[in-house]
Amino acid sequence: MASLPIAVERRSRPPSRGRVRAFVAGLRSGDEIAHLITLMFAASIFLITALLVFELWRNSALPREHFGWRFLWTRVWDPVFENFGALPFIYGTVVTSSVALLLAVPLGVGAAIFLAELAPRRISNGLTFLIELLAAIPSVIIGVLGIFILVPVVRTTVEPFLKKTLGFLPLFQGPMFGIGLLAASLVLTIMVVPFIISISREVLLAVPVEQREAALALGATKWETTWKVVVPYARTGIFSSVFLALARALGETMAVTMVIGNDPKINASLFAPGYSIAAVIANEFTEATGRLYLQSLIELGLVLFVVTIIINGLARLLILTTTRRATAHP
Amino acid sequence: MATVMRDFNLLEEPLKEKPDLPKSPKEAVNPLEPKFRVSNLNVFYGATQALHNVSLEIPPNRITALIGPSGCGKTSFLRVLNRMHETVSTSRVEGQVLLGEQNILTMDVTQLRRRVGMVFQKSNPFPKSIFENVAYGLRVNGWHRKGTLHDAVEASLRRAALWEEVKDHLHKSAYALSGGQQQRLCIARALAIEPEVLLLDEPCSALDPIATAKIEELLFRLKEICTIVIVTHNMQQAARVSEFTGFFLLGKLIEFNKTAVIFKTPARKETEDYITGRFG
Repeated sequence: MASLPIAVERRSRPPSRGRVRAFVAGLRSGDEIAHLITLMFAASIFLITALLVFELWRNSALPREHFGWRFLWTRVWDPVFENFGALPFIYGTVVTSSVALLLAVPLGVGAAIFLAELAPRRISNGLTFLIELLAAIPSVIIGVLGIFILVPVVRTTVEPFLKKTLGFLPLFQGPMFGIGLLAASLVLTIMVVPFIISISREVLLAVPVEQREAALALGATKWETTWKVVVPYARTGIFSSVFLALARALGETMAVTMVIGNDPKINASLFAPGYSIAAVIANEFTEATGRLYLQSLIELGLVLFVVTIIINGLARLLILTTTRRATAHP
Repeated sequence: MATVMRDFNLLEEPLKEKPDLPKSPKEAVNPLEPKFRVSNLNVFYGATQALHNVSLEIPPNRITALIGPSGCGKTSFLRVLNRMHETVSTSRVEGQVLLGEQNILTMDVTQLRRRVGMVFQKSNPFPKSIFENVAYGLRVNGWHRKGTLHDAVEASLRRAALWEEVKDHLHKSAYALSGGQQQRLCIARALAIEPEVLLLDEPCSALDPIATAKIEELLFRLKEICTIVIVTHNMQQAARVSEFTGFFLLGKLIEFNKTAVIFKTPARKETEDYITGRFG
């Protein structure tokens, strides 16, 4: 009851003065300062993204005017006659990233489960250190190793094997160069798998021991506990690791351009050479002499941004619809 | 004094059949046989010994309370009974523990845990719906008949005295329940696979008195269908709910007897000191 008169008195004051006083009091206690500073940091992220999109938009005015929406589904990239279309690059980016994730997600999550749940802690920590080292290797080095080691293996072993066993699919037909979409996908797999392993392992380790004990006490085996309790509990974190991997795969430039073949064609076969958005920007911006050429490359950057957003959105939607039915989350 | 005398005769009387509660077919045939026979049990964690030569017999369809100060080994003892101690990789057990006629230390561990369920100190529902939480144990144990799954879940929730409170939102998250409801959900989950024994490790330590009372009332009814062993810090609780009490101190079982005897005429000085609050 003692606090009531004070409350009444405060309400009777002009509201602006009260707010200022509260703000000053907050400043003194540090809460308002922390609030302001963190708000500024958060706002700066938004600002940088907005600025990025704005600049990409502003600097691609020429091709947007010249080609219109056609830019997105034109299959020609002809600097000589200044006729530009994004489709081969969108195709190369989406295909290599999808194949890479298709390989990297089971591999990475499986390895994370082993490291978090089954391996002795000392081995787990040692291997995790190596995996994080792998994530830190510059992409140009991975690209060099890709050209000199991976591509010959792909040409002489992987592609003939795929052709022999799955050759009835259009994906695995045609001449085998080694360099091409498949090699790029494999290089991307190697580059994103450490992210998935490292983050998923941390998330799995953070699952409360009570959850494991609850399942074990119900007569679940070790594997049933891991697969039906620990992994579902950690799934949000595992998904974020996959999104991070996806972002890296879509934007990866150097290693991809060294093994993808740099040929702006759309070919159903993974053995064929292709081109990705990031690779073509890196390769051609120095020689883009005409304004239309240069601005077309910048519009490709805008397209990559949009593709990233769409794929991320689709992936999130997929996860939302498949998991909401099965489980209720807090 | 009359109640004490009646308690003394409990074991000699054959169990009265209670028709209102479904009986598990796995139930012990002879009600006079102890459920657990523990002899010379030693438990080690690495180099430290947590339990020293513990021998005791846990009677069937009774509530047995284990009391003692923190770190006395009562939880270690409880966890040996369904081999949850094995989650600690450095643990080691010597001695013999018989469940009926079977040595639990050599039997299949998942089989053992299906027969000996456990409820933990901190309620630990899965991040799933109420229904899925109870159904989990059934699914793990190969329950695929869809139509009867719902019946089995309902039966378990009824036994855990939770059905009336949750029947209209079975598919809501278990985390939406209150602490006491969550703990009863964990009991329902353990009961769903019809265990012979239910182990409870301080199940009420995080609950308010009303939720605690509900769980104690529930335990009274559950002893008709299974044997209950409860670890508790709360001596009033042990006195209220249990028929038998074991007092642990420094890894040793000091005294095991009818609860009335332990609390009224303990044989050992340590027990008397503990229950009268002179230490611990």
